[in-house]
Amino acid sequence: MSRVLVGVKRVIDYAVKIRVKPDKSGVVTDGVKHSMNPFDEIAVEEAVRMKEKKLASEVIAVSCGPSQAQETLRTALAMGADRAIHVEVAGAEYDTLQPIHVAKILAKLSQDEKADLVIVGKQAIDDDSNQTAQMTAALLDWPQGTFASKIEKTDGALTITREIDGGLEVIKTKIPAVLSADLRLNEPRYATLPNIMKAKKKPLKKVSAKDLGVDLAPRIKVVSVEDPPVRQAGSIIPDVDTLVAKLKEGGHV
Amino acid sequence: MAQPHRKAVLNLYKTLLYLGRDWPQGFDLFRKRLHKVFSKNSEETDPQKIQIMVKHGEFVVKEIEALYKLKKYRAMKRRYYDDN
Repeated sequence: MSRVLVGVKRVIDYAVKIRVKPDKSGVVTDGVKHSMNPFDEIAVEEAVRMKEKKLASEVIAVSCGPSQAQETLRTALAMGADRAIHVEVAGAEYDTLQPIHVAKILAKLSQDEKADLVIVGKQAIDDDSNQTAQMTAALLDWPQGTFASKIEKTDGALTITREIDGGLEVIKTKIPAVLSADLRLNEPRYATLPNIMKAKKKPLKKVSAKDLGVDLAPRIKVVSVEDPPVRQAGSIIPDVDTLVAKLKEGGHV
Repeated sequence: MAQPHRKAVLNLYKTLLYLGRDWPQGFDLFRKRLHKVFSKNSEETDPQKIQIMVKHGEFVVKEIEALYKLKKYRAMKRRYYDDN
């Protein structure tokens, strides 16, 4: 039986059209719908399924961020996590919060909570860093199974199928370990209204990064954030001959 | 008059309203339509018919959940996995 720590991040909802701030310092987050990072939902789902299969004894959800991060934690609790830890990071510190800080916080918490497994989403859909799992594993000196699309427990070890370029890789690791969830790992359940209500009764602990002894000084400076290039407009052509000519020109036929 | 299905109907309405917050065309449209459907059938008194309607409502809830899941999965797949 093991204790599972799951990292969840509050990000701008995947369906929202992102707008870049005019001064290129970042993206507009005020008044924008936020929700749990989709890859973290998959991580939570996997941890909850482990608990349902009696492979895990307890699922602890962790989120670093301002007070609104608690809403994300409630979603994790509604999906089936047992308790939550909110690491409060607000204001300027939150603006420059980077994977290295989150990894340090997760590493510290997993030692404090005596976790045997850390599962996070492979990357967040806002900064797309894809670093937290790897850094956490390095800080803890635990094995890592990143981009997992299948996790099986076989007597004290884990067999992990990883999504790699053009195929799959199967690895075996000992426990404790750090895992990151890929898209095909599972289909996360929907946090239903009654479960959201029940989640309000589950314990949520609030700590600060200072309590954990983690220095939040930024290591990376964001120089500029820009919109991706705009897709070029299409054109309507009069007949099939022109179409064929255009396709030939473009080298498609 | 006793209304044995009152609770089930209310629960269904609340659940659907909650789901409507994520509706792609906006919550307002969803709420209007939802309200229309419920008020259209509000005069129904046959318990059997009400039960069938509630069953249908529960089916719709499942469908909407599945729709959201699929929509999110497809968006992620398109953004991160489709090279062509």
